[in-house]
Order: sequence, then C-alpha cells, then structure tokens
Amino acid sequence: MTPVSEGGLPAAYLRTGSSSFTDFVAEHEPSLIPSRRGLPPGATIDAPHGTTIVTLSFDGGVLMAGDRRATMGNIIANRDMEKVFATDEYSVVGIAGTAGLAIELVRLFQVELEHYEKIEGALMSLEGKANRLASMIRGNLGMAMQGLSVVPVFAGFDHHDATGRIFSYDVTGGCYEEHDHHSVGSGSLFARGALKKLYRPDMDADEAVRVAVEALWDAADDDSATGGPDVGRRIWPTVGIVTAEGARFLADDDVAPVVDAILSHRRGNPGGRRDGGAS
Amino acid sequence: MTAGMPFYVSPEQLMKDRADFARKGIARGRSVLVLGYDHGIAFVAENQSRSLHKIGEIYDRIGFAAVGKYNEFENLRVAGVRYADLRGYSYDRSDVTARGLANAYAQTLGSVFTQESKPYEVEIVVAEVGRDADGDQIYRLTYDGSVADERGLVAMGGASDQIEERLTEKWRPGLSLAQALRLAAEGLAHDPAGGPDRELGPESLEVAVLDRTRPRRTFRRINADLLGQLLSDEDPTDDVPPVDHDSPRQAASNPQTQRHGDEPAPDSD
Repeated sequence: MTPVSEGGLPAAYLRTGSSSFTDFVAEHEPSLIPSRRGLPPGATIDAPHGTTIVTLSFDGGVLMAGDRRATMGNIIANRDMEKVFATDEYSVVGIAGTAGLAIELVRLFQVELEHYEKIEGALMSLEGKANRLASMIRGNLGMAMQGLSVVPVFAGFDHHDATGRIFSYDVTGGCYEEHDHHSVGSGSLFARGALKKLYRPDMDADEAVRVAVEALWDAADDDSATGGPDVGRRIWPTVGIVTAEGARFLADDDVAPVVDAILSHRRGNPGGRRDGGAS
Repeated sequence: MTAGMPFYVSPEQLMKDRADFARKGIARGRSVLVLGYDHGIAFVAENQSRSLHKIGEIYDRIGFAAVGKYNEFENLRVAGVRYADLRGYSYDRSDVTARGLANAYAQTLGSVFTQESKPYEVEIVVAEVGRDADGDQIYRLTYDGSVADERGLVAMGGASDQIEERLTEKWRPGLSLAQALRLAAEGLAHDPAGGPDRELGPESLEVAVLDRTRPRRTFRRINADLLGQLLSDEDPTDDVPPVDHDSPRQAASNPQTQRHGDEPAPDSD
C-alpha cells in the first residue's frame, strides 16, 4: 500500500491483486458495475428486450446466431440490433433479456477477458471464461428480480479437445454446459423444436448456418418478439462462427443467399416440411 | 524519513544519493531498445526468460518496455493496464493515450522518488503507434519521474548511452522490420568495454511490435521462429505476416459497432 496518489496512479492501481478487471472496478469505481446500481424497491420499468439466440456446434467449431429485433412491450424498439458479440478471439456470447444491461455486461465481460490476457500473458481457459460470466450474471440477481434480467448463452472453441462448446445460464448465475445446440430468449421454444429436427452431429459450417437461420425463422414465425429476416430492408440475422482460427462474423452478403434459399423453400411450404429428405 | 536521523543531510545530497542508488540498480540489467520501423514500433530486449517479460501490451496502440527491478516495473505495467482498461471502459477506446499514461507514470515515479524510503530502480518506455510514422510517440521515463519525448530510437539499461550513440547514427526512418531488428540485435550484442561482440540469437531476445497495419490490438509478440527468419540475412521475410482475416482481436470492441469497425484498416503497402 503506497500512499502515492497526487496526480499519479492511485494507490489501488499499484496494489498487487487479482487479474480480474471486474474485481478491480468493483473495488475502485463501483458505480461502473451494472449490478451495483439498485432500483427503488418495488419499481418495475419498461426497457427494450432482446429476443432469440440460437447456437449449435458443428464439425470443427461452434456457431451462434441471433435475430435483430428488440421490443418494448408491443413496440419494436430496434430492428437492426446486434445481439451476438465476440468476447475474445475464441468465444462469442449471445444475449436475451434487458438489452441495455446485457450490452453493458458484454462490454464488461470483453474487457475482463482482455485484461486477464494482458496481465497474465495467457488466454483464460474456456471454463474459466464461462465461470467469470456466471459470476457476473449472479451479481445481477437483484435487478433480475425487478424485471431486468439478462440471460446470455456463451460459446467458444476449446483448444484442449479441439471442439466448440456451449454454456447456458439462468438468472441466478447457474452455468450449464449444453450439448449440440441450445437457444435462449422469447422465441427459444420454437427455435429449439426446429434445432432438434434439423441438427446433425457431422454438419459442416455452411450446413450449420442454414440450420441456425432456419431455426430463427421458425422462432419468428410463432413469436411476435422475434424478428424474421427483413427482406425489404435487407436486415439479416447476425451469425458468428468460432473455430480453431478464431471467431468471425458472416458478412451480410454471405447470409443473404441462405435466407433466399429458405425463402424459396418455404414458399407454399410455411412449416419447412422436408419431402423425402430434400432441403 | 529524515526524522530520527542524527545529523543533517542537505536536500541536494539526499536527492543525489537516491539518484545514484537508482542508477546503479538500473545499470546492472541488460539493455532494452525501442525503435521505429516503417510499419510500426519495435521493442527489443535481451532476455533469457520466456515468461518474465520486459515488454508488455498496455492497450490497442500502446506498448510498454522496462529495465531494472522486475517486481517494480511489473507493478507499474499492471497499473498501466488497469489505467488503460478502466479509462477505455468508462470513455472510449480512442480516449486512451500514451501521453496520459506517461504523465501518470511520471507523477507516480516522481512521488516515490522524493517521498518513499527508496526510489524505484526502473526506467520505462511507453510508446504509442500512430497512423503513420509521424504519429508515433515514444516516451522515456526515468526513476525520478522525468519524461522525455523521444524520436526514432531509445535505449535503456546497462550500456544504454553507448548503444544509443552507436545506433542513432545508423537508424533512419523507413527501415523495414527486419532491418530494424538486425540493427537492434547488433547494438545489444556490442560490448561497450571494447571486447568482441557477443552472439545474440533469437532465443536470447524478447521482441514485440506495435504493428500499425493491424486495425485494433496492434501489439504482437514475435516468437523465436519468426524472429530467426527476420534476423537472418538470407531469409526474405522482412515484416510480420499481414492480418488475413477479420478476427475480433482486430474488430472494434464496442458491442454496437464491432462488425463495422470504427477505424478502417490502413493499407499495408
């Protein structure tokens, strides 16, 4: 504890401590931590909500896709919002729930991972990342009980066994590893149904993109809060892919043909029925 | 600190003793060089350890290098990462500058020098890579909190004065990375006492660059294999391989702009 402060780095900066940015901020500038802000008891407020995220593993990696709609009650608050984010070079997170809080949480999580990487000189393990996110969600429980919940889904590439892995969360910060595929958000029931029918373990990345976009389509078909592909405005789902080479996002020009293919397949066949295995 | 001392020591003498003490500690260590090249800024340290670094990443465009006592400069490095990450988180990534960090370090080193029982035995460089070579900034900070705004090439540590003198004659703007690294290795290998040059291979050098052709996190360590190629006269490799895909390490970190990138990648011509 050096009492050095005037104009220089505050003493807390020079203290030996954890390599966690969140812990550092919580101690040093707690007002920047979203969960430290309380709402008046009993208050509930309307805020934009993000909706459906789907994620599935494929041969050599994992994919995550989200629709672009945010709703506030019956209003569409935003029609081109991003809800899938790269959190570091080898992981992505998708968010459902209160959009403002969720985005702040993702920003904090991104800095948390980069901070650890810089201080320790090494990447955090995939489980380590999943657990850090769980503890951030846990910190948000008070807000969740007042209606401002954040429910993310996390996916990344595990270098130890060279596969993509998926982790889901509940509002209390419980972290569960999911196998093959998962979906969160208001349209997730319908997306999960679609994923179960369309998923095959040996898919390649292109097939996985098709399955993800189709699952989002089914979610949008039955859930008013999930946005389908907006052909008029050319707004397509966000699709993030993580492989051994790192995380990347598909360009709009790569998603458009997938949407077009589904569109023509579903013309006169709104449920996407497969006839004799054709797709 | 002076309380309890049995006799009077003049402030001049006190400061001189402290400066001598710090200088002695710093001079014991191997040297570190920081020098500009056409696509960025290179950090070159003589360091046998693969894990105890003398060079580190602070932020997107800012790097750190130090000589002296490891525990002291490591403490300063961590403080710098905390400073940068907190500032970038509460404002924006573009609001984190080497100048701001150099000022904070200067204040800290200055206060420790005058107020603590012993000064830090360190010398550090904080460098920020610009969009072009004219925008590069290299700040050198000494144990007493003095800051110097340097251009082109800086040497710290043991025989830094002789190395800097020798190399400044040979350094010029626009060197390729390979040329800059060969120059640095030659400078570090030279024996200031007049003996024959030592052999400094890739395994005894720690090298990293701030590569301005990378869009976001420009810091990159250069491993021994690539370093061997860069230092070799026969090998045609003269720069780090370009970024071949748009990974999130390069993309902007603001969740709402990450796919659009708030800074276009400069041409790596």
